[in-house]
Amino acid sequence: MGSTSAHSNEGLGRRDLIKRSAAVGLITVPTMSFLASCASSDSGGDEKVEKGKTSAKNPLGANETAQLEVVIFNGGFGEQYAIDAEKRYNTAFPKAPKVKHAATEKIQSTLQPRFNGGTPPDLIDNSGAEQMDMGVLVGKKQLTDLTALMDAPSYDDPAKKVRDTLRPGIVEMGQFDGDPVWIMYYAYTVYGVWYSQKALENLDATYPETWDDMLALCAKAKKKGIAGWTYAGKHPYYIPFSLYPMIAKIGGVEVLDKIDNLEPNAWKDPAVKTAFEAYYELYKKGYILQGTPGLDHIQSQTAWTKGKALFIPNGSWVENEAAKTMPADFNLAVGAPSGIDSSDKLPFGTIWASGGEPFIVPQKAKNPQGGMELLRIMLSEESSKNFTSQVKSLTALNGGTDGIELTPGLKSAVAALDKAGENVVNPRLQDWYVKLQKEQIGVAGLGEMMAGRLTPAETIKKIQGYADAAAKDQSIKHYKHQ
Amino acid sequence: MQHGKYRFIVGFLIAPLALYAIFVIWPFIQSIYYSFTDWTGLSSDFKMVGFDNYKKMFEDDIFWKSLQHSVLFVLLLPLVTLALALFLAFMINVGGRQRKGATIAGVRGSGFYKIAYFFPQVLSIAIVALLFQFAYNPESGAINAALSAVGLDNVQPLWLGDPDLALWCVMAVLIWSTVGFFVVLFSAGMASIPKDYYEAALLDGADRFTTFFRITLPLLWDTVQAGWIYMGILALGAEAFAVVQIMTVGPGGGGPDYSTTVLPLYVYQTAFRDAQAGYATTIGVALLVVTLSFAAVVTKLGRRERLEF
Repeated sequence: MGSTSAHSNEGLGRRDLIKRSAAVGLITVPTMSFLASCASSDSGGDEKVEKGKTSAKNPLGANETAQLEVVIFNGGFGEQYAIDAEKRYNTAFPKAPKVKHAATEKIQSTLQPRFNGGTPPDLIDNSGAEQMDMGVLVGKKQLTDLTALMDAPSYDDPAKKVRDTLRPGIVEMGQFDGDPVWIMYYAYTVYGVWYSQKALENLDATYPETWDDMLALCAKAKKKGIAGWTYAGKHPYYIPFSLYPMIAKIGGVEVLDKIDNLEPNAWKDPAVKTAFEAYYELYKKGYILQGTPGLDHIQSQTAWTKGKALFIPNGSWVENEAAKTMPADFNLAVGAPSGIDSSDKLPFGTIWASGGEPFIVPQKAKNPQGGMELLRIMLSEESSKNFTSQVKSLTALNGGTDGIELTPGLKSAVAALDKAGENVVNPRLQDWYVKLQKEQIGVAGLGEMMAGRLTPAETIKKIQGYADAAAKDQSIKHYKHQ
Repeated sequence: MQHGKYRFIVGFLIAPLALYAIFVIWPFIQSIYYSFTDWTGLSSDFKMVGFDNYKKMFEDDIFWKSLQHSVLFVLLLPLVTLALALFLAFMINVGGRQRKGATIAGVRGSGFYKIAYFFPQVLSIAIVALLFQFAYNPESGAINAALSAVGLDNVQPLWLGDPDLALWCVMAVLIWSTVGFFVVLFSAGMASIPKDYYEAALLDGADRFTTFFRITLPLLWDTVQAGWIYMGILALGAEAFAVVQIMTVGPGGGGPDYSTTVLPLYVYQTAFRDAQAGYATTIGVALLVVTLSFAAVVTKLGRRERLEF
């Protein structure tokens, strides 16, 4: 057998063996192999179920006896709203087996193997941190065109098509290139500057409509030891929620469209510069809560609900997310971004609102008509109200809030949408180019500027560089506003 | 008997070797294969693109940045952690003042220290990272609160929000959470060093410094080397990923201006956020090269005659 001590040049000793296996083990541990474990075999799914008969009650022709399978993102909105809608589906199709329902926080880990294997479920709420890249799914022809659903009669009023019952921007958001609608955004999010009505009242102030008023209010608050603004410093891609609509208000929607289209020098527009300089002013005058660049979204929201800062750029989910730390008399409200003055292209009230909770029907789903039919049920007034009262968020269905008690934040969001009227903007960077929007513009650009480490001019130059690189990168799919 | 020894050993190890081949070697080969494709990770449809991914990688600033951070991790973490652990273990076991009845002893209360140092090891790395995220909170965190408590109101660093500090903050957490394990490991190693060596050294008038470098360290070398390898794994693998991801980046991407991005994190983001699994495996291959060179260096430097006692 082998010698038990390490003599040189004498074959494999015990220690050599141990040493060598340690070296081999070392190679394997920080392994990259987890990637390859998602083997990309193409086994193809089973046959699709047969399409059912279309009728007034079943305009999409869902098979009345077929199984429907649904996977819901179990995040801030939970899963109950979907379960309720599935019950209504089973009532409508009593012969179909109970809808197969699954809810997970890990959409991608759960579903990626099924996409690769060609056996995805029929309806997916593709949301959360593990959202699958929509651009890639569309580009690789993995999704079913939802145009049939859009043109089907709506649940409550057969005279109206589904697409005519939706809020502005929802259909466009589901389109990528041309007419097909790939995604149905179910929730509706209002972005803007969120504040406590009570905090403003304590300062004898109203929400400022111009930036001069904003700076004056911040100065007033500073004297009382309250910061003007805070934001998610570690995730500065929250800043665009109020900054982008401000750019649109100053320079018109075209500026944002050019930015979305990754046009050369889109960021060099004077409106961008004006808006950036206005925000930079907050840093220079010391109106930003001390330590903000080191806070994550929850920490910044907590500082804000504690009254340490007046304003925070955020989305309408903040009411639910910050509920635990929000005092009962906080009186949450949202403001459209303050403008510069009356020479702005768009009136005060211009706001960013867009769809959330993207629902998709995979191309290889066995029962795509069933998936769309469930969406049609979810877009009925009854289901929509159920969702709104359960999770404090609006849905894609226009209206549908009558007769239910709205929370202060939601009420203010509805009012803001009314005030905005036509002037709802919908920048697409965050769903078209996630990395560009979050990591490059957000973290490396705006985050650095608001922490005072870059000037507005440097920031614009840096961001334009990122945008140009993204426009050039052939491994990214590019989109244009229609 | 020397002849055919490998075959003999392999005969015993056939089952583990087969598992190793299937679950380690084969995925490696697959990864290298995928690094030449444009696989998105979301569909089974992809094609070969030759060296495009590698070309892209060499022009990718973020890749170089994360490589730099990972190399810094793998050089500094083992060095600092092991040096600190050796010092602490020495003080606990040998470094104390001479007392009646014992030639060598640790400092007073060494039993307590041993447990206290080991304590972080009990916590999961995710929890450690979360706790420190609260501590580093510049607005209401423990560290800045402590600074103001001692009158340093003007010194309120942004910690994880400052590109110059963030990486060091993350490293400090990794050191804090692992040093205890090595204190215990080295203590066990020191306990097996015969006391007579120390007695002899003390009779010859050696001080603590000399005893450490002339007796403790040489006799502990094997253990230190094992620790070195273990720390290397940690610095290039899951732990470094976890603390960076939890403390600075978060699920959507973040961290001040790429100042903390490490290779495993970049692999993860490219694959699962940007849906570029092909490019991600390319970065994975780069990580493999770094790991291999580290392994080569460690085994080369560590080769040294073993002392039997």
